[in-house]
Amino acid sequence: MSSEFIQGIVVFVLASFVGFEVIRRVPPTLHTPLMSGANAISGITIVGAIIAAATGNGVVAGILGFFAVVFAMINVVGGFLVTDRMLEMFKKVPGKSR
Amino acid sequence: MTELSFTEIVIALAYLAAGVLFIVGLKGLTSPKTARKGNRIAAVGMLVAIIVVIADLVAHNTVSATAAWAIVVAGIIVGGAIGAFLALRVQMTDMPQLVAAFNGFGGGASALVAAEVIVSAEYSFSAEIGVTTALSLIIGAITLTGSFIAYAKLQGLIGGKPVAIPGGPATNAVIAVAALAASIFSIATGNVAGYWVATALALVLGVTAVLPIGGADMPVVISLLNSFSGIAAAMAGFTIGNQALIIGGALVGAAGLILTLDMSVAMNRSIPNILFSGFGGTVAGADEIGTKPVKRATPDDAAIALAYAQSVMVVPGYGLAVAQAQHAVRDLAAELEERGIEVHYAIHPVAGRMPGHMNVLLAEADISYDLLLDLDQSNPKFGQTDVVLVIGANDVINPAAKNDPDSPIYGMPILNVDEARTVIVVKRSLSPGFAGIDNPLFYEDGTMMFFADAKAALEDTLAALGNL
Repeated sequence: MSSEFIQGIVVFVLASFVGFEVIRRVPPTLHTPLMSGANAISGITIVGAIIAAATGNGVVAGILGFFAVVFAMINVVGGFLVTDRMLEMFKKVPGKSR
Repeated sequence: MTELSFTEIVIALAYLAAGVLFIVGLKGLTSPKTARKGNRIAAVGMLVAIIVVIADLVAHNTVSATAAWAIVVAGIIVGGAIGAFLALRVQMTDMPQLVAAFNGFGGGASALVAAEVIVSAEYSFSAEIGVTTALSLIIGAITLTGSFIAYAKLQGLIGGKPVAIPGGPATNAVIAVAALAASIFSIATGNVAGYWVATALALVLGVTAVLPIGGADMPVVISLLNSFSGIAAAMAGFTIGNQALIIGGALVGAAGLILTLDMSVAMNRSIPNILFSGFGGTVAGADEIGTKPVKRATPDDAAIALAYAQSVMVVPGYGLAVAQAQHAVRDLAAELEERGIEVHYAIHPVAGRMPGHMNVLLAEADISYDLLLDLDQSNPKFGQTDVVLVIGANDVINPAAKNDPDSPIYGMPILNVDEARTVIVVKRSLSPGFAGIDNPLFYEDGTMMFFADAKAALEDTLAALGNL
């Protein structure tokens, strides 16, 4: 097993714990934006998709790479935009709370 | 240890910066005050990652053909445009299906990355890279088709009711084992055919696993698929040796898992039970439903009850979303507040079709988020509440969950609305809720049944209130 792979495992495990601890106490009000925001972050696969599309060998690889970029970009742009749209609506209306 | 060039160091640190921005952004998403900023910080992290990968490719001169760049740029433009179009056009009531669809695209992208690596076959895989590639393919493929079945159910393209798969959960288990076996074959022999068999099986598994799950269990399914899309990305990160993917994927995997566990706790059911039981397929005691007498309410009855209350608690459910009644609720609540009546909203964790669904709808209608109470905040208040206004919710207020050990939902934490003086239930008919269980609350003395579409009911009540 390469040292790079072991490093990857270290990063994966630590990042999982960080994610768990950071998000654990999120209030129910924010469950949907959290989910769609996190979902946009999973679009980080765009990095892999760009590498795949740019360095692929042959036509099939090119097609796979193209759709990988398209799918990942839908996820990234759509995810962040829709989360922003939702969060824009979350307001504390003054004077309404007693 | 080999020394890295300056460019390589800068690129590695820039990926780290992207990962840190994701973590800071997620942290921001845990409080309403900082959430919008947090989301934007995470988006900046994504922009950094995209710029870095392109800079990396340019710096190393890895891309020889102009055609390859054309594919990248075209993909970015097409995908970005589709994503922006969907995000800007969606109605807030349709949010669950859009989130499901975006999940599917993310998982699909990770599977495609793994597939491209196999097709390009620039190097032979070590066993561990074979494992992560297979996992990225399988988990990504399940996320892709599973999410689109969830989308189809939520969008009403196919019925929300559970669809039985021949052989039931055993069929899914067989497909899953076969996919793993095919992957192991490829990892062991180096023959890539097994990866494709595994991918095909995983695409089928996404369909057969989600079809039997009913609409009310969708909050769990969407959370789980969210987690999957992250794990698929992390696995792709191992395959291509990129830590940004591993960090981002792991964060999302963890976030999705927390929500999944939260939802299953809120239903008092284990995740395997939700995924494999086909809950809600049968209507228990259907013969009895509709034969017992209920007290029917007119708009005037509801208006009078509300006008003479001091405190009102609104309990929204999926029926509110279906009827797009969030603005009508706001208008009615504003009128009540005008009269000095206190209005709060009690929101069950699994009300609606995704975690936090009701909160988004009420936020859209400009209802202040500090008036929205969760299960633990609202339950102690029902005893001092004069009128509970239930709008299109059923199972989350069913006292059978507390009192009837034979009930399928026994043990599920509910909103104790039966402790309030009067309960007005706005519902289209007496038909049982999603779980297919009769609700004893409907027949109690303190309960009035207001049979109508939620939006019409609220508007009529507001009009009646004006005449008082």
